[in-house]
Amino acid sequence: MGCIESMKYEIILRDASFRECREYIRTNCREYIDVDPGFKIFEKHIIGVPPISIGFEGDVIIFPFTKPCYGTFLMKIEDRDEAERIRRFAVKNTK
Amino acid sequence: MTSENRNEGKSAVLVLGCPQVPVQTGIALYLISLLKKKGVKAVVAGNRAARLLVEVSDPERHYVGEVMDIDRYIGDIAEKNRHFDYHFVFIHNDAGVSYAATVQALTGTTVIAIIYGEHFQEMADMIEFPCEKIAAKAVHNPMPLKNKLDEVLPWVVSNL
Repeated sequence: MGCIESMKYEIILRDASFRECREYIRTNCREYIDVDPGFKIFEKHIIGVPPISIGFEGDVIIFPFTKPCYGTFLMKIEDRDEAERIRRFAVKNTK
Repeated sequence: MTSENRNEGKSAVLVLGCPQVPVQTGIALYLISLLKKKGVKAVVAGNRAARLLVEVSDPERHYVGEVMDIDRYIGDIAEKNRHFDYHFVFIHNDAGVSYAATVQALTGTTVIAIIYGEHFQEMADMIEFPCEKIAAKAVHNPMPLKNKLDEVLPWVVSNL
């Protein structure tokens, strides 16, 4: 997973589909944004079927991470600077 | 003008999925061969295992040219550092659909989805973005997919 793999992360869903990740974020995160594929998170281009939802819980970012052999993981990483950078990019959807 | 002349200087990328379905490597080499006959230069992008399977299967490099890591490929097209005329994305699982959607969104071009495996119809039905689909139930036996490629590729390469 490159630099994401070396960070402290938590896996919420494993071997999930892109739809399951989107639905989880939209159902469980009070704050989320939608981005297009290729949007960068932690210097990695995000893979997925648009719209790709990214959730926030304060400084925690919840996002899908796809690898060819392992499907899509829904991950959680705490990083204040990256959360703020991502928030600045997109129109927020707040419940 | 022959089709080889028409495609002179054109390039294609084969975006390989997880190599757990046996037909992938054979079909990739076969596709490179077809493209080569049409004058299209093919690059292979995949994870380490998928790349090594292709490289080991063609040790003299009769067919395989440049190979690249799939993350680098995504980075290069996202940053507009590389251009390919044709993007063939191999799909047999949900991740393959995600990669194809990403390539389509980043390039704005029509992706050619090569869909195979036990659940090929389910995968094909998940694709809702603009895309050319070449699909067959092929897991161990590559012939159904090879026959589809033979049938469709001439049209795809001359019309996209």
